Amino acid sequence: MTVSSPSTMATDTCIAVQNVSISYGSQEAVRGVYMDIPRGKVTAFIGPSGCGKSTVLRALNRMNDLIEGCSLKGRVLFDGHDLYAKNVDPVEVRRRIGMVFQKPNPFPKTIYENIAFGARINGFRGDMDELVERSLRKSALWDEAKDKLNESGYALSGGQQQRLCIARAIAIEPEVILMDEPCSALDPISTLKIEEMMHELKKSYTIVIVTHNMQQAVRVSDVTGFFNVSHRAEGDRKVGCLVEFADTEQIFNSPSQQATQDYVSGRFG
Amino acid sequence: MTSFPRGALTYRPGLARNRCNQLFTGLAAVFTALAVLPLVLVLVYVLIKGGSLISLRLLSELPPAPGLEGGGIGNALVGTLIVTLIASLIAIPVGVGSGVYLAEYSRGGAFARFVRFGTNVLAGVPSIICGVFIYGLIVATRAFAGQSYSALAGGIALAVLMVPTVIKTTDEALKLVANELRWGALGVGASKFVTITRITLPAALAPIATGIVLAIARAAGETAPLIFTALFSPFWPDGLLNPIASMSVLIYNFAIMPYEAQISLAWAASFVLVVMILAANLLARWLGKLSRT
Repeated sequence: MTVSSPSTMATDTCIAVQNVSISYGSQEAVRGVYMDIPRGKVTAFIGPSGCGKSTVLRALNRMNDLIEGCSLKGRVLFDGHDLYAKNVDPVEVRRRIGMVFQKPNPFPKTIYENIAFGARINGFRGDMDELVERSLRKSALWDEAKDKLNESGYALSGGQQQRLCIARAIAIEPEVILMDEPCSALDPISTLKIEEMMHELKKSYTIVIVTHNMQQAVRVSDVTGFFNVSHRAEGDRKVGCLVEFADTEQIFNSPSQQATQDYVSGRFG
Repeated sequence: MTSFPRGALTYRPGLARNRCNQLFTGLAAVFTALAVLPLVLVLVYVLIKGGSLISLRLLSELPPAPGLEGGGIGNALVGTLIVTLIASLIAIPVGVGSGVYLAEYSRGGAFARFVRFGTNVLAGVPSIICGVFIYGLIVATRAFAGQSYSALAGGIALAVLMVPTVIKTTDEALKLVANELRWGALGVGASKFVTITRITLPAALAPIATGIVLAIARAAGETAPLIFTALFSPFWPDGLLNPIASMSVLIYNFAIMPYEAQISLAWAASFVLVVMILAANLLARWLGKLSRT
């Protein structure tokens, strides 16, 4: 496994993953991941199902803490701080590194309250109306939602709900936004809207996205990590690993690994 | 060609399988009717016997002394409300708190499994045993300010009955809340406490409220735990540390008295109690419906 250093990397590393292995109980899910996620760029994780993309993504803001029996070896450095150090508060980590999930999960509250909730519990002391509007504008939902801010978040369509969840994540002004297959439950038009929005967002945020859609990775990301399942482990156990991490252009046009070449060109078992 | 006999496509009622179908459909209907019959009979019988006595006087006056006419069940009505209120004030925080612990904090360890099992056992304990238990613990030992029988002891006995129901419904309701919702809250930097109080509990409020109302309805109608604890009083309630009247004990006491006035008051009280419990059940149904809209 070689990890070539993307050219963008030289700029500035936001999150550094160093020799990370994650296990669920005694079963290792992903092993030996190294990567440097660049600041202010969109980084995509691609790969077949079960190769540990989502697991690694959740490790970046300690969401794995919530899964029973999940343990991590190695180091995850955010701005040089080890996120898994003993004195780190996972709540504070999640305030700096926000997350958008695969299934839209608005709170059973009004659209306005969905956004205000996060801000309020984070001790926001500004103009709440202004923050709600700004967040909805950034997530390209303002025009559709401005007349029904007091309606339930569930009154929106699936694509709108997902943009509401993104607005909710943006509202607390995180430094990084993690997205776990944010478009897998959406139609192509909603997907397009979210992709356009991501181009806007990367001006102010670092974005990491897991996607099964390779065209999407090409369209939105600057850097891509290709994960694969390997059988290196003893017996028949499958373990995920990071095969290649490089500029998106390189991954899709001239990957250094045969497995990457096979996967991105669709010749994959 | 087929190796099965083929008949016409028309429906023939005389066929063995069709006869069987009709027989068992009829049988199921009869048993269903038998199951509902007690409910209908109780309602009708209580309405006939007690409904005619309903008046403002019944609800606002004290019961008459033995041998006298008239009077009402005012003190028992107030007493039932007070005792049930005490029980709710104890059982709701304890029950909801335990349910939250089981569903949100425990990681399915030995202690949580023990509490879940214990809750199921406690839910099946006969109510009279709850009464005897509180009698032995509080009444016989004069634990509260040297008083023996008291409204407080009655409330605690009913609370013991209510707690398992409240724990179970809270636990189940919280388990039904989608995990994505919890992740969403934690993902915007909410602490566990904020997630539970502001997101998870409100999302499960309707089923929890339904369970609480059903537990209250059950407790309000209990007699056995009150006989040993709250006893009875022919007077208006006098503080929480004195014996207090209640509807169910009034019915128990008056129905077997040899006086006409008391017996008819017992019927009237039965009617009022049935209506109160029916109303509580309707409220629970309505609360349950709220969650689905």
